[in-house]
Amino acid sequence: VAPPQTGDTGGTLCVVTRPDAYLDAASAAPLRPAAQEALAAAVQEGWADPRRLHREGRQARLLLDGAREAVAAVLRVRTEEVTFTAGHEDAVGAAVHGVRHARRRAGSAVVTSAVEHSAVLHAARREDHLTAPVDRDGVLDVPRFAAALDSPGVVLACVQSANGEVGTLQPLAAAHAAARAAGVPLLVDAAASLGHVPAPTGWDLLAADPRAWGSPGGIGVLAVRTGVRWSPSGPAGEGTEPTGATPWVPLALAAAVGLQDAVTAMDAEAGRRRTLLDRIVAAARGVPDVDVIAPDVDRLPHVLTFSCLYVDGEALVDEFARAGFSIGSGSACTASTLEPSHVLAAMGALTHGNVRIGLPAGVSPDAVDRFCAVLPGAVARVRALLGADDL
Amino acid sequence: VTSEVVDARGLRCPLPIIRLAAVAKEAAPQTVLTLWSTDPAAEPDVAAWCRMRGHELLDQVPDGDHLVSRVRVR
Repeated sequence: VAPPQTGDTGGTLCVVTRPDAYLDAASAAPLRPAAQEALAAAVQEGWADPRRLHREGRQARLLLDGAREAVAAVLRVRTEEVTFTAGHEDAVGAAVHGVRHARRRAGSAVVTSAVEHSAVLHAARREDHLTAPVDRDGVLDVPRFAAALDSPGVVLACVQSANGEVGTLQPLAAAHAAARAAGVPLLVDAAASLGHVPAPTGWDLLAADPRAWGSPGGIGVLAVRTGVRWSPSGPAGEGTEPTGATPWVPLALAAAVGLQDAVTAMDAEAGRRRTLLDRIVAAARGVPDVDVIAPDVDRLPHVLTFSCLYVDGEALVDEFARAGFSIGSGSACTASTLEPSHVLAAMGALTHGNVRIGLPAGVSPDAVDRFCAVLPGAVARVRALLGADDL
Repeated sequence: VTSEVVDARGLRCPLPIIRLAAVAKEAAPQTVLTLWSTDPAAEPDVAAWCRMRGHELLDQVPDGDHLVSRVRVR
């Protein structure tokens, strides 16, 4: 492993050989330069324990307060409603378990959509976890969601702002209205959308993931509106956060500065990436037997998935890697999982031969065009490997 | 109407669908094919394959350790 490089390379923190060809930015985007600079500066200025009253501690505390204020401004909430956690999964867990604990006399059932992030499904998973289906476009079935909320003992509902695999934006206003009517707080998982499209407003709790907007990992964001019944289970009063935790201040600052930077550039970057994504949609539609999951609904500007019939997803990832492109896949044959993408399955989409695209901010049109050019040949080669080229 | 069984138990995706498609290619129209599979991707993928290639999905029922999918070739 090469050591981190800084300085001459323009502040590059890790060695990425062909950054233009990184097309897997939906869950982990390359670090934004503004976030890198904030991180480096805060390592110098904000490394101390923000709970200490000495000069270094107070300085760290100031930076932490500033970070919290900046995130609150983007979410349009009060500063004290923002909690930093150890990561996105931790934010979701703190939200779900904290509401279940606070409302334990009312029950413990949780309603989620069928296409939530695995962190949400994991936190909710119990015998009293109810899932509401989505349609073929991945859009939440609001009437079925509302019906599930009326089940006995429901204490929390969770709906994503947008799906991180297929890009579909969820009808949050309708979901929030249904939750309100049922007297159930709504947790919105904004991991896929925050920093890419305007921040959602219809929620009681919100979780977000700094990695998805180009800030470092190791920190998550949880916002809980005043008045929501939420009892974090940690050692109260020991940390800077209501969960009892204390974040590493440089990460909090880098999360906040990266988010501000992403929001400032949001409209321009969304427009640019939408145009480039359309080129990939057209290229994928030109390949025979490809299920292009780009429904004509409100969508994220940078996320696209498609599945190629008779293709091994892992082989396709390798084939694109040889051509210089880093892509993701939701196929069961890839990586660590034996289960196919629960999102694709819930939508009735093909799960094998799956390609996940997340265009990073600043992706070059040239990289996208090169990807489109190699796409048909890559699919054809992997199909031929399996003897499936004339099925 | 004839019926043929494609035994794809133990095969990982996308092999069950490839085996099914290979048999379907040679089958007469309206033939009913039965796929036995254990891969968790087969359930959504048989349905998606039918939609994409115009075949008719008759049913998908678990039978012990495997899934039985029946399709009518177009």
